Amino acid sequence: MLDIFLNDNFISFILILLKIIALVVPLLVIVAFLTYAERKVIASVQLRKGPNVVGPFGLLQPLADGLKLFSKETIFPTVSNKIVFLLAPMIAFSLSIAAWAVIPLADGWVISNINVGILYLFAISSLSVYGIIMAGWASNSKYAFMGALRSAAQMVSYEVSIGLVIVTVLVCVGSLNLSDIVYAQKSVWYVFPLFPMFVVFFISALAETNRAPFDLPEDESSLVGGYFTEYSSMLFAMFFLGEYAAMIMMSGMATILFLGGWLPPFNITILNDIPGFIWFAGKTSLMLFTFLWVRATFPRFRYDQLMRIGWKVFLPFSLLWVVLTSGFLIIFDLLPASI
Amino acid sequence: MLSVFFYLFSTIAVLSAIMVIIAKNPVHSVFFLILTFFNATGLFILMGAEFLAMLLLVVYVGAVAVLFLFVIMMLNIDFNSLRTGMIKNAPLGLLIGAILLGEIIFSYVGMRYGVAGTPGNELFVVLSKVENTRAIGNVIYTDYIYLFQCAGLILLVAMVGAIVLTHRKRENVKKQDAVKQTLRNKSDSIDINEVEIGKGVNNV
Amino acid sequence: MGKIYRSFWFIILGELCSGMFLTLKYMFKKPVTINYQFEKGKLSPRFRGEHALRRYPNGEERCIACKLCEAVCPALAITIESEPREDNSRRTTRYDIDMTKCIYCGLCEEACPVDAIVQGPNYEFAKESREELFYDKEKLLENGDRWESVLSKNIQKDKQFR
Repeated sequence: MLDIFLNDNFISFILILLKIIALVVPLLVIVAFLTYAERKVIASVQLRKGPNVVGPFGLLQPLADGLKLFSKETIFPTVSNKIVFLLAPMIAFSLSIAAWAVIPLADGWVISNINVGILYLFAISSLSVYGIIMAGWASNSKYAFMGALRSAAQMVSYEVSIGLVIVTVLVCVGSLNLSDIVYAQKSVWYVFPLFPMFVVFFISALAETNRAPFDLPEDESSLVGGYFTEYSSMLFAMFFLGEYAAMIMMSGMATILFLGGWLPPFNITILNDIPGFIWFAGKTSLMLFTFLWVRATFPRFRYDQLMRIGWKVFLPFSLLWVVLTSGFLIIFDLLPASI
Repeated sequence: MLSVFFYLFSTIAVLSAIMVIIAKNPVHSVFFLILTFFNATGLFILMGAEFLAMLLLVVYVGAVAVLFLFVIMMLNIDFNSLRTGMIKNAPLGLLIGAILLGEIIFSYVGMRYGVAGTPGNELFVVLSKVENTRAIGNVIYTDYIYLFQCAGLILLVAMVGAIVLTHRKRENVKKQDAVKQTLRNKSDSIDINEVEIGKGVNNV
Repeated sequence: MGKIYRSFWFIILGELCSGMFLTLKYMFKKPVTINYQFEKGKLSPRFRGEHALRRYPNGEERCIACKLCEAVCPALAITIESEPREDNSRRTTRYDIDMTKCIYCGLCEEACPVDAIVQGPNYEFAKESREELFYDKEKLLENGDRWESVLSKNIQKDKQFR
């Protein structure tokens, strides 16, 4: 009987489980505090103070919000499709958590170091549209439905340019493995040679995560609450957590693709002594701050403007850059050796 | 252990494929279709073809099925009226199904017993040696480059054709020209004039 | 030259960047928020808050039941009934203000010839039920007694502008 538990497979299974818990629990805490950070950043831009009552500097505000959402009643609209209605927030939430399985937080700090890591991330972020579209359809409300349709069209459009940006980076790296992408940036971070692509990636990431100024799916002035108009209580909280986790995921992706992941900016001993995880977290926080900063700065785009930027500006531009980059690499014989 | 996952994925895939056909609500059908794709992805991963698995996820689930869902939700098709022709079309459907089944059996037999002319065996040798992303690239961009480019061109033509067929130019539509707007400045849009009393602005 | 400069500005997303830097600059400014409950803003002597009925220093109520306030009230929030008192002076027997109807326009205060009905500086009179917001004469006179020192000072301050 004891054999089963001392079996190598079983021990590695337990280890993986522990790793997952060690990743997901801090992630959820960070997500909670990201909402606090967002309120504080936007407040200080608008010369306000932000939450400052619950706990020191209002630090316990996310807990209070969570408690409030827990204690509320889950309301199902009468003609809604109950199963899909219940499933939608779960899909949105679990997908944005699942993406973290392949993100290397430091050298070797990754749950599953798969060969097609970047494609996995891309696939997950393109799947997250289902949570939204299911929510919109199942709510049986015109606002939710409109929000879902907008979101679906928007996310599919901006995936195209994100895909091309990823291709540009991959041409320089020669591997789909996320750790390899980071190693390839040992000499120079890709943000410097590929700066325009970084900008395209960042703006597309804003659209992909439905963040301001592209938050049309939850445009409160025309759609009440967008796709989660009918949601309340924990189901709403799951959408909320999912959205913010997706934001952190996109920031992590930008860090890995362009900002050199866990690598310090200069190859100096003092900087190298700081653990890689700190560098990764710092860069990701910088990206997250930019997300919030952009939200505090720009007004919402009109829907046709959003589509115009996606299809008529970013798509040709990133396509051109793919060609330019690969042409440059071939002419100067800089293609990665493994190809 | 692998076989457990294989049976799990394949059972769910087959069951949800059946549900695609028999689900009353077309939107549910699409959801089951997505579930089928998902399990197919799982099967691909079990076979070690992770690149194909991810492509299936990105292309079919992330883009094509979204458009399916989009169209079905928007059109609100009355499926009961479509069902009326069921018996009339059944023989054709059965025929197509039989042909597909025959092809699957044929290729399986070919793969298993090495019937000449089936490329199955060679492909497996290639897969086991190198990373499968590279293996696919090696095949597509060398042996089948013309076919691959041809397929791409056909898709391009289809896209252009669809746009040409549906696009219509409407008169008197005001459109925003973002570049023109952003390049506008004060000096070429505002004239400051001294208007004399009693003259009005028309003469200026 | 201007065209070239503007195109360059457009390509490097100059407008967006300058907007971003503006908000960044504002992030480090001091917030203008005051901590309500612990800190409160300054009120003008003309502030129109909760109503009060005032009395003369000798304790006699000022209101003479002329019903001008009732007539002028645009929201029809005031109801007055009057009868001569034992000493034959005309006084109200009923003076009700429905605070849920009141729009705080201050016309009653303007109309009053004897400065009886006034709107005081109190704005923290939220209640838990509707009924508590139907003020009667007793409540209004009590308000007047409670706020009299502030009310008379405010009227004094505002007098020079009338």
